[in-house]
Amino acid sequence: MGRWIREHLVLILGLLVLAYTFVPIAVVVLMSFNDPASRNVYRFDAFTLDNWTDPCAAEGMCAALGKSIEIGLLATLGATILGTLAAFALVRYDFLGRSSTNLLIFLPMASPEIVMGSSLLALFVAAGQAGQLGFWTILIAHVMFCLSFVVVTVRSRLAGFDDNLEQAAMDLYATPAQTFWRVTFPLVFPGILGAALLSFSLSFDDFIITNLNAGTTTTFPMYVWGAAQRGVPMQVNVVGTVMLLISMVIVIGGEVNSRRRSAKLA
Amino acid sequence: MTRRTGAVGYLLLLPAALWLIVFFVVPFYSLLATSLFDPAGSDFRGYEMTYAWGNYVDAVKEYWEPMLRALWYGALATLFCLVLGYVLAYTIAFKAGRWKNLLLVLVIAPFFTSFLIRTLSWKLILADDGFVVNTLQTLHLLGEDGRLLATPVAVIAGLTYNFLPFMVLPLFASIDKIDHRLIEASSDLYANPVVGFFKVTWPLSLPGVVSGTLLTFIPAAGDFINAQLLGSPNQRMVGGVIQSLFTDAGDYPAAAALSMIMMVGIVAMVLVYVRRAGTEELL
Repeated sequence: MGRWIREHLVLILGLLVLAYTFVPIAVVVLMSFNDPASRNVYRFDAFTLDNWTDPCAAEGMCAALGKSIEIGLLATLGATILGTLAAFALVRYDFLGRSSTNLLIFLPMASPEIVMGSSLLALFVAAGQAGQLGFWTILIAHVMFCLSFVVVTVRSRLAGFDDNLEQAAMDLYATPAQTFWRVTFPLVFPGILGAALLSFSLSFDDFIITNLNAGTTTTFPMYVWGAAQRGVPMQVNVVGTVMLLISMVIVIGGEVNSRRRSAKLA
Repeated sequence: MTRRTGAVGYLLLLPAALWLIVFFVVPFYSLLATSLFDPAGSDFRGYEMTYAWGNYVDAVKEYWEPMLRALWYGALATLFCLVLGYVLAYTIAFKAGRWKNLLLVLVIAPFFTSFLIRTLSWKLILADDGFVVNTLQTLHLLGEDGRLLATPVAVIAGLTYNFLPFMVLPLFASIDKIDHRLIEASSDLYANPVVGFFKVTWPLSLPGVVSGTLLTFIPAAGDFINAQLLGSPNQRMVGGVIQSLFTDAGDYPAAAALSMIMMVGIVAMVLVYVRRAGTEELL
């Protein structure tokens, strides 16, 4: 027994760390079934399904959720389009100022959110838009901080791309447009999809930058923040659980899909 | 792959580059300008540009404590993330076999649940009459009326938890690339596993250590969500001060000055750190 433990010590410790990352998640799932007896919402009192059957009973939560989804989808669309075009430019084309462009793309990922958020607010105020803070300023900010992540993700997919395939298509008399839509795009698509999913989750979860530039608009994280001062409604945990389930389905689905594909090739 | 020349490349790049210049670079100029406005102005009356460098002196005088605290908490959380993250990344890279990808997915999955919800769930785990506090009290590691919430312990624990994936992913990328034969060679040459680790594995994983610590430290030092939800006003970090000066107090010049100090400080520290670690190719 002692020897077995010694031999597998690293594995055991590693799995313990992994388990630790799931402890708070287990709490979120558990609390989504909680029926709080008092104003102390940080304790499990009784089991109920009410939070799941009527998640919108928490006042204002579903409106904030809708706002977050709306902003998330639009920001994802914007950042994915702009970022994909830029990634193509960086991998496929030669141009002056390559290293400063790379720096411009790297910096937003390495800057503290509070600094990016406050400088953007300073810009909006200087431009006389202080009264217009809201949906559009949030959207501008979200496209800004998602953009770099899209460029980096799509670029790495493109960099591993075999351009013999494109040449083969051209040799077989495909027009440049046909080559792009039949060969290039399908091969790069998983990278673009991954970048879009990443953008959506970054946008959906952002609090620090959003809160500075939101005016009176309330997104889901802002709703949770506001509610936390007096104790969050249990329905918030339902949303947390659903987010976990959706992301699990997406990542595990992707994993199964790629395993099946490599099994076919083997 | 041969790179094509011509205007198309510029056209493809232009929208993204413009967006970043207008909404990421130019704002720093606005922030600098705002930090030099007359502190007597207000959001309501408008501000006058008076090149008030004194704003910086005042900001440091008044808020040096939350500034140092942010650096200190950020550094401690980064250290804990490094220890936990290294164990996890090492396990996934070397011990997981065909479960490697699945484990990697499991590392990221919990972090798709909203940051704020995850942090609030620590509030329950560390609650005053909760399991953790009761156990520590039974073991006399914590006094009878001792608590974890509203202490630095809770804030640093929260930061460590929330930023762990930023450490694990770059560490994994580096450790996964290490050639196993090098480690076998060290044991053939009579190095025990511990010596082998410090002479072979650790040095080869340094690029991951450097980028992981940076990716963890920068957001952790700037965070205020953990300090606010799990701590008390005594654990306030500089990010929280900046945010409340902007949104509650409306004292834009002071907030902008603090924000500038924070950015310059972090950039300077990162440059020194990267140079000393000798991995400049990361940037």
